[in-house]
Amino acid sequence: MTLTNKPPTARSTLSQRGSSALGDRVFSWWTLGTGLLVLAILGLILITTVREAWPAFDAMGLRFLTERTWDPNPAAGDAIFGALSFAFGTAISSLIALLFAVPVSVGIALFLTELAPRRLRGPAVTVIDLLAAVPSVVFGLWGILVVAPAMVPVYQWLHDVFGGIPVLGSIFGPVSSGRNFMTAGLILAIMVTPIITSITREVFSTVPRADKDAALALGATRWEMIRGAVFPHSFGGVVGAVMLGLGRAMGETIAVALVIGGATNITANLFAPGNSMAAVIVQQFGESTGTFTAALIGLGVVLFAMTVLINVLAQTVVRRAEARMKGSVA
Amino acid sequence: MHPDREAYLVNRNVLSRRVLAGVALAALALTGCASNDNSTEPGSNSGGDSAYANLSGELKASGASFPDAYYQEVIEAFKGEAGKVTVTYNATGSGTGKKQFGEGLVDFAGTDSLVKDTDGVAAGSFLYVPTVAAPITISYNLQGVDKLQLSPETLAKIFQTDIKTWDDAAIKADNPGVTLPSTPIVVAHRSDGSGTTSNFTKYLDAAAAGTWKLGSGDTVNWPASTQGGEKNTGVAQIVQQTNGAVGYVDLSDAKATGLKFAAIKNKDGQFVEPTIEGTTAGLEGAEIAADLSYNPLNAAGATSYPITAPTFIIVKTSYGDAAKADLVKGFLTYLLNDGQDLAKEIDFAPLPASLKEKALAQVDKIQG
Repeated sequence: MTLTNKPPTARSTLSQRGSSALGDRVFSWWTLGTGLLVLAILGLILITTVREAWPAFDAMGLRFLTERTWDPNPAAGDAIFGALSFAFGTAISSLIALLFAVPVSVGIALFLTELAPRRLRGPAVTVIDLLAAVPSVVFGLWGILVVAPAMVPVYQWLHDVFGGIPVLGSIFGPVSSGRNFMTAGLILAIMVTPIITSITREVFSTVPRADKDAALALGATRWEMIRGAVFPHSFGGVVGAVMLGLGRAMGETIAVALVIGGATNITANLFAPGNSMAAVIVQQFGESTGTFTAALIGLGVVLFAMTVLINVLAQTVVRRAEARMKGSVA
Repeated sequence: MHPDREAYLVNRNVLSRRVLAGVALAALALTGCASNDNSTEPGSNSGGDSAYANLSGELKASGASFPDAYYQEVIEAFKGEAGKVTVTYNATGSGTGKKQFGEGLVDFAGTDSLVKDTDGVAAGSFLYVPTVAAPITISYNLQGVDKLQLSPETLAKIFQTDIKTWDDAAIKADNPGVTLPSTPIVVAHRSDGSGTTSNFTKYLDAAAAGTWKLGSGDTVNWPASTQGGEKNTGVAQIVQQTNGAVGYVDLSDAKATGLKFAAIKNKDGQFVEPTIEGTTAGLEGAEIAADLSYNPLNAAGATSYPITAPTFIIVKTSYGDAAKADLVKGFLTYLLNDGQDLAKEIDFAPLPASLKEKALAQVDKIQG
């Protein structure tokens, strides 16, 4: 640190430097403190949740992760707590959400930064941000009252069309009601779109004017300019935006709990009911006791671990891809 | 807004009108009393008021969501009788209610299930007070079928998906002369941990022993092809939206959603529809233990509806605070007397006279 070398000059400058040196010191301690605070909070959450979940981990061992049965009150024998079915539900519904939300969000962001007339930008941004302000329970209720019943004929049609084809047939399987992985994914897609859109928009707007002008000056069309100048420059940021969206989708609780169907189920059929980890926690926590409560907290630990893992993975991907893309295009 | 909550608010609107009327009556009674001050014996109607009017303080409670609508009605009505008492009941679920009661956070707790060792309530430190009961309907949605009869064995097979279509031989055998379509059955159950699930599965355990294999409890391991809904309203909605669906829903939500219910074969071999009368008959047929815990499921009696959910309030044997004990006693006495009349309108069954007397005697045991 440079704070210590105060040059012995005139008093006025000395006092001035002195005060700013104090400011620097306070600032550095403050930022260091808040930085460490985040780590400390995360660490404490992990420690306490693992401790609370321990009775379940202890009883189930590794089967907590590999077992697909979730039976707190079996007809005979000990309770079985397996997170696999719910982890599957979390993964599949979030995946569907990203599949729909990412292309739409990137499209909206590109439109706003590159194509939209200046007058339209402000209102459009406001509308998208408003979408982010809608409480998730409202999305959930809209999901069960409107979307689920309305989508049944669509699902039925997809099943009728693709049902006979080997792989697609098992993905677009029989429809029982509108509450399933697909509906949960669609609702989540709408919920994460504003997040991904607003961050990608910010990222796209940081692309230097010079880069874009250079591409256009070389005779690139607008799409070629976007592909050659905008995308490589903002790849890392877009992946970050997608990760934030994914985090929201995986952790979303009440909206998913309402529309996903509430069945302990692992299946390729997107039109079958299932359940996600966050949803199970909120549904069953109120009436749980003992090891059952511990198992529900255990689901939280698994969810936490999954999120961390995916984020680390994403960072690695970004680092590698960024080096390559920037290198090749620039 | 939470669906239960919404229903409750609607109830409350109806109620506030009633309370207003009550207040007006009370005011009339008061002016009547004031005009002849030396009358030592007030009329029998206004006599109840003075019994509670001296009470003041605050009671906090939490627990089962199943009787929540009824408790809120009673609490509102009680305000008209004892203006200086504030009672709050939070529908947190039986498990949480018992936990909070054990930790001393609430003065009493509502519960649909009996107290277990793991609930955090010390044995011997509490008393059960039965308050009210309600039938659990087997609601269904099947185009072209308006009357359905089910025996416990058939019911068990339907809910564990052994029977997959409505024209199955077992269902036909229960419904002679009814034309049943070949629609696939969609089973709807509670996705949240619930006393209703617990009572329904306990009933199947008792009435269809040998057939029912999923066990019983607040959460059971339903087959993967079944559908889960949030709370009673969630299950009711699945049934309403899906042709071929069947689910267990409490009577008030099933009625509010406009569902059709099946008649269930009771212990005496009669098919009985879910009604308040059938439920009270079931309570009369139930065996009542010394601590007043009782099980009305699959009760004897020709007119008994067999799937009846009991619910209790648990109170401390001794509060160590005379004023608090008086408050608890006052509220519960009101609930068991005048409060019982409020039950029917919101589709809860009042206790039969014999059980009510026992419950009142139990309340008297509470010590300061």
